Amino acid sequence: MNRQTKEIIIKYIFLLFSLVSVVVLGLIVFSLFREGLPIFGKVSVKDFLFGMEWYPTYDPPSFGIFPLIVGSLVVTLLATLIAVPLGVMAAIYISEIAPQAIKETLKSVIELLAGLPSVVLGFFGMVIIAPWMQETFDLPTGLNIVNASVILAIMAIPTISSISEDALYAVPREFKEASYALGATKFETIINVILPAAISGISTAVMLGMARAIGETMVVLMVAGGAAAIPESLFDSVRPMPASIAAEMGETPYRSAHYSSLFAIGIVLFCLTLAFNLIADYVSHKFRQIGSGTL
Amino acid sequence: MQSSKNNSMKWRYLKQHVFFGIVRASALIITLTLGGIIFYIVYNGIGAISWDFITKPPTHSMTQGGIMPAILGTIYLTVGAIAIGLPLGIASAIYLTEYAKQGRVIRFLKVGINCLAGVPSVVFGLFGLGFFVIFLKFGSSILSGSLTLGFLILPTIIGASEEALKSVPQTFREASLSLGVSKWQTTYRIVLPNAMPGILTGSILGIGRAAGETAPIMFTAAAYFTAKLPGSIFDEVMALPYHIYVLATAGTNIEATRPIQFGTVLVLVAVVLGIDLIAIIIRSYMRRNKRW
Repeated sequence: MNRQTKEIIIKYIFLLFSLVSVVVLGLIVFSLFREGLPIFGKVSVKDFLFGMEWYPTYDPPSFGIFPLIVGSLVVTLLATLIAVPLGVMAAIYISEIAPQAIKETLKSVIELLAGLPSVVLGFFGMVIIAPWMQETFDLPTGLNIVNASVILAIMAIPTISSISEDALYAVPREFKEASYALGATKFETIINVILPAAISGISTAVMLGMARAIGETMVVLMVAGGAAAIPESLFDSVRPMPASIAAEMGETPYRSAHYSSLFAIGIVLFCLTLAFNLIADYVSHKFRQIGSGTL
Repeated sequence: MQSSKNNSMKWRYLKQHVFFGIVRASALIITLTLGGIIFYIVYNGIGAISWDFITKPPTHSMTQGGIMPAILGTIYLTVGAIAIGLPLGIASAIYLTEYAKQGRVIRFLKVGINCLAGVPSVVFGLFGLGFFVIFLKFGSSILSGSLTLGFLILPTIIGASEEALKSVPQTFREASLSLGVSKWQTTYRIVLPNAMPGILTGSILGIGRAAGETAPIMFTAAAYFTAKLPGSIFDEVMALPYHIYVLATAGTNIEATRPIQFGTVLVLVAVVLGIDLIAIIIRSYMRRNKRW
């Protein structure tokens, strides 16, 4: 075998390996639909998505996941409201203000925070925050939306902060120098020049942080309380979609209607996070700052 | 006129002061959060740690004894995940940086990898259950769990490897190619050795993630309790993250086993953050001693 053929073969072997990611993505879709679609023989897509009652083990069972979707959205939104200001501010501090030594330490802190296993954070919320919250605010339970959102925010902060920091770091130096030359203060430069130039990267960061929060399982399983009803206050319990899957999969008979309804929730969750990721990808490519002409 | 100008300057700097204060406070809150969590876990968990706790199996329906089978299970699953994720990840990154031309193929692969990175861990668990456990009939086993975790960390490893490969200067490749060395030999002999430290440190972060994940192994590998240690890769195992979840939510006596729970959490955090910390330290050391 001569050198050229060998090189070509090697190239295609590597191509094959790099296709594995895409193949796995395909297999995920295949398995979800294979196990999840049978439920739609029993309930319509509309009744499944917008049904108000999730009683999968009753007789007759009822498979409406609307309360679960609402649960997921509520904790994700509240977590985003907490995580975005903290994450973006920390990114500004790291990339624009902090001295070198603090910068390095803070980056490591954020990396370690990202490394904390979700079950540990869930445990922390359950054993330490929940009893404290219950006593301090005199609530029926400390396992509620606020608690879950705070913990989810802790998980989303590293994603938001590190991607925002990359975006801020990528803003060309001439932009800042031009702003200083016009007599702007550092604060005015950050608000009027750097942030607008980095806004597409920061939006991407927020989208990815939200995707992380909506798909996170252990935290909402342990801390959100588990009530499958539309919440009336922020201190109510909810049962977000991942929590339902994780809590109920262990006790359903194989290939029962309940079993396939859990896979169908997986399909909904997969589509939601996929949408978030594709929007993030689109935003980061479409609105990327190229040169100074578009500012 | 002069005084109003001074006022406005003062006002502008006051705003800056307040803003910087808020920004510093945010950074401080994040640091204190991490510090607080670690402090609470160490403070409550250190009492449970002993040699027996780490080397003995649980006894009395998991209300006493140690966590050795769970530690062992986590090691098995993590090693399995690396065995799958690392070679595939490095090979994908080599194709993306060394072979693929900018264009549709690379864009297609990158979108695929990004989407895979965004798949929630519980969906990975469903995939593992539907595909490995049921479709391929591996059952709930070390094999199913390792495959699921391996594909979960694949995007992380690809990202880390890509970055490391890109940081090898183009001149290295050109020098090698100009000597008549083939593309593959250049990649294998010149590019990979120079990128290896970067690939490994980046991948260690992925390994830390695999060791700490719970949702993907819940339906694919983890057992509530096993009387014996696993004998083959087709056996179920106990694992640290799942053990914490079980003890904290479904144990025989949840309040009485709190010390054991905190002890297990401390062991898991020490393992995962220890792995991450090693990666961070090696990386900062490498950055300082970079030869090019």
